Amino acid sequence: MATKAYQRIYTRLESITKATVSLRAKGVSNEELAVVGGKLAQVVKTRGDLVTLQVFSGTEGIPTNAEVTFLGEPPTLKVSEQLSGRFFNAYGNPIDGGPEVEGEVREIGGPSVNPYKRRQPSELIPTGIAGIDLNNTIVSGQKIPFFADPDQPYNQVMADVALRADVDKIILGGMGLSNDDYLFFRHAFESAGALDRIICFVNTTEDPPVERLLIPDMALTAAEYFAVDKNEKVLVLLTDMTLYADALCIVSNRMDQIPSKDSMPGSLYSDLAKIYEKAVQLPTEGSITIIAVTTLNDGDITHAIPDNTGYITEGQLFLRADSDSGKVIIDPFRSLSRLKQRVQNIKTREDHSQVMNAGVRLYADAQNAKTKLENGFDLSDYDHRCLEYAKEYATRLLSIDVNITITEMLDTAWELFGKYFTKAETGIKQSLTDKYWKGR
Amino acid sequence: MKTKGTVTGIVSNLVTVQVDGPVAENELCYITLGGTPLLAEVIKVNGDRASVQVFESTRGLKNGDQVEFLGRMLEVTLGPGLLSSVYDGLQNNLATMQTVFLKRGEYTDPLDHGKLWDFTPIAKEGDVVEAAGWLGEVKEGWLPHKIMVPFSFKGKYTVKKIIPEGQYNIDTVVAVLVGEDGSEHEVTMTQRWPVKVAVKAYKEKPRPQRIMETGVRCIDTFNPIAEGGTGFIPGPFGCGKTVLQHAIAKQGEADIIVMAACGERANEVVEIFTEFPELIDPHTGRHLMERTTIICNTSNMPVAAREASVYTAMTICEYYRAMGLKCLLLADSTSRWAQALREMSNRMEELPGADAFPVDLSAIISNFYSRAGMVVLNNGKTGAITFIGTVSPAGGNLKEPVTESTKKAARCFYGLEQNRADQKRYPAVNPNLDENVEKGWVKKVLNAKNILRRGREANEQINILGDDGVPVSYHVSFWKSELIDFAFLQQDAFDSVDALTPMARQKYMLDLILSICHREFEFDDFEKCREFFKELINDLRQMNYTAFQSDGFNEYVKIIDNKIHGYGN
Repeated sequence: MATKAYQRIYTRLESITKATVSLRAKGVSNEELAVVGGKLAQVVKTRGDLVTLQVFSGTEGIPTNAEVTFLGEPPTLKVSEQLSGRFFNAYGNPIDGGPEVEGEVREIGGPSVNPYKRRQPSELIPTGIAGIDLNNTIVSGQKIPFFADPDQPYNQVMADVALRADVDKIILGGMGLSNDDYLFFRHAFESAGALDRIICFVNTTEDPPVERLLIPDMALTAAEYFAVDKNEKVLVLLTDMTLYADALCIVSNRMDQIPSKDSMPGSLYSDLAKIYEKAVQLPTEGSITIIAVTTLNDGDITHAIPDNTGYITEGQLFLRADSDSGKVIIDPFRSLSRLKQRVQNIKTREDHSQVMNAGVRLYADAQNAKTKLENGFDLSDYDHRCLEYAKEYATRLLSIDVNITITEMLDTAWELFGKYFTKAETGIKQSLTDKYWKGR
Repeated sequence: MKTKGTVTGIVSNLVTVQVDGPVAENELCYITLGGTPLLAEVIKVNGDRASVQVFESTRGLKNGDQVEFLGRMLEVTLGPGLLSSVYDGLQNNLATMQTVFLKRGEYTDPLDHGKLWDFTPIAKEGDVVEAAGWLGEVKEGWLPHKIMVPFSFKGKYTVKKIIPEGQYNIDTVVAVLVGEDGSEHEVTMTQRWPVKVAVKAYKEKPRPQRIMETGVRCIDTFNPIAEGGTGFIPGPFGCGKTVLQHAIAKQGEADIIVMAACGERANEVVEIFTEFPELIDPHTGRHLMERTTIICNTSNMPVAAREASVYTAMTICEYYRAMGLKCLLLADSTSRWAQALREMSNRMEELPGADAFPVDLSAIISNFYSRAGMVVLNNGKTGAITFIGTVSPAGGNLKEPVTESTKKAARCFYGLEQNRADQKRYPAVNPNLDENVEKGWVKKVLNAKNILRRGREANEQINILGDDGVPVSYHVSFWKSELIDFAFLQQDAFDSVDALTPMARQKYMLDLILSICHREFEFDDFEKCREFFKELINDLRQMNYTAFQSDGFNEYVKIIDNKIHGYGN
């Protein structure tokens, strides 16, 4: 983004904070880009002649006499088929040593799809993980995050899901990725031989935090190109949205905005919704599915970031280390896929939803039995059976290392029901138990 | 002459405008951005500077851009054709927009001007009428849509001329009215009304009396809402607020349903307008969509229009109420509306109240809820707006400003609980958390509630003292409450039979369940007790999945009867 001839250059900054600079300038348009002392910045506020710019890479070393030029346009990305298989930074510049991408210039963070033109999501995305496919089935056009503590292997699970999903493009938006994780994704995609359908926009922990604000919009602009223009099924992976929200918090704080809950900006809900709502099933075949990661602080989902996320996304997948089975499981209580009814019993077998509910209800009974046990009470026969069931249910179905078809998952569940319970104890519709019951 | 102005400051969608003449609070203006007009609303005036909230993205807007004020507030167009439409928060028709992406500055007409309606006059020449008086009628689907004297007309008018029966479009002058001062006024089938002003063209607002049937057992039987009542559904995410609201929309006993999707997920709205045209209204046998208007301002659409959307929805309800119809307004979610208020208040750098919400939040919410209610119209007929809003409390904590303010304003409270949702006990309405001040309780319901309460107490004792530490009678108490919970309170919104339970069936089921609960049972130990009730629960649930009084249903009645009489053998 070179400066053009006859462009006015400003050289006097009125004020500097860690993330923003302000100066007097005329004819500046809202959200346009500027270069401040060689660093990329964006207009976030104007008051009379006083313009406030958010400097993406931080204001370290910017002097009050830094040269400022305005570029006259908001951030853009060049889109074309050439994006496939490439790695970019937050500005959309290649970081894999390859050539610049040629293509049509698109503004990032563009308008939303007319809700009336959307189609109802109805295509199953199988992942092989029973905690997802059986209990929280994902549908194309859905948006769903993993809620996980920072020590959970969420990036591995996400890479597994992405590579097993039947999609045309996988677009990774990495925000504050550690260098290890970045290399992990790169390696996972390369070794799966999937590189030609992968596009990555990456901001690592080594990069300035405010740059992260560009990543989701970059990734989703690329996604919209493939979904809308090319009618492709696109899966967008966003990790870690908590770090994105933290960057929002930094900028709003430097702009002296009044914080709301957990010192987050009052507009957090709208800011996150603008990203997640890009998930869409288009009237054509194209779709954008978003799987994100929101890291939690010690499982606290009442914090403003996971809380607002939960209200926006169509469910959440909650990762938890389970001591009974010694595995990382997808917690059936806190997890939910809101669109699962769109495909369960329709794209899958007729017994799916009832088996799912019975399985989880019995697992809940096992938790009650566990509480009793911990409190030193005698357990009933039913309690003992529940506990045995829970262990096997967690190992064979909830664990994230499972990779089987949905029919196999259902059969496994029936097998467990038959092994530990009576028909009445499962509470499943009689027409289904008549057909599928195994054992006693 | 119209007031003009220029842009002098921009922070996101809050724009400051220097004006050259008078401006009014809530007045609308167009800001011209490179030839595209962007609609905005005045929210604060300070000297010759007006702060306006723009209903569109302000990307690319510059200081110095021109602004033209319109001299009116945000209005909706009211007339035949509102039903089965899908509008955004500013009443733009989303169905007639051409492109897949929403285009900034594209405003579409809410009503179809070409369509012809069968008009039948009601008023006669020489009649004296006033605002909201019925002049004529057209058939909108199967509903009688009254053409009324515009709400904005003050005083009495004499009908000078009214057109005869026939087919006309909405712009046809259907009547000429003469005011008390002799001035003549032409009336078409449409009128405009500012959304933030309540329509007061009725005689009185009595206390709501009748119960509005929803088909949801835990509402109708345990916590009924009155026709013209107000209620709200607070609950953390994933507890089923939206599913419950959709269930009410599908089955609610109302002539008109207006659904305001306010800052929520687009896919949920898509679900409504994909499914509703297929679904049949259980009360009239007509397609659900024929009685439904959707106001859709999803979470990614501009935040200022989100605030407008709930007012737009309420005004449409008030219009139909004035025709003597029963309206049901469902807003999902009022918290997003409150957050829109917070975002603007924040950008205007107002001193914040609790959780950074504006200090007048509580007043704004109660003012809005007060627009619902049953009214007696000037012609003696009645109409009603029942309003149910959802509230999404931050972190599921009900002690936050929006929930607390709404609690003061709404009369029914349907608390959804995380605990119950975790155990997949849907609807997750907590029976003991509910407060309902509507009248007309039957003794039985209180009785059932008491059994639930006793069961909960017994369960606490069992948890503290252990299964063996309490008498078996405690287990019986607990399992009787589980019986009511599983067989009556829990309902499967996705099962074709169980989703809708008409009142007659609810009464039958409650009688059956209470007849079981009122029996004395004695068991040798708690294991036997649990087994016995689990089987009963299973049978009752199977009944819920079976058509009422069908052979299969009666079969289960027999099975249950045998079990009760044969227990212990």
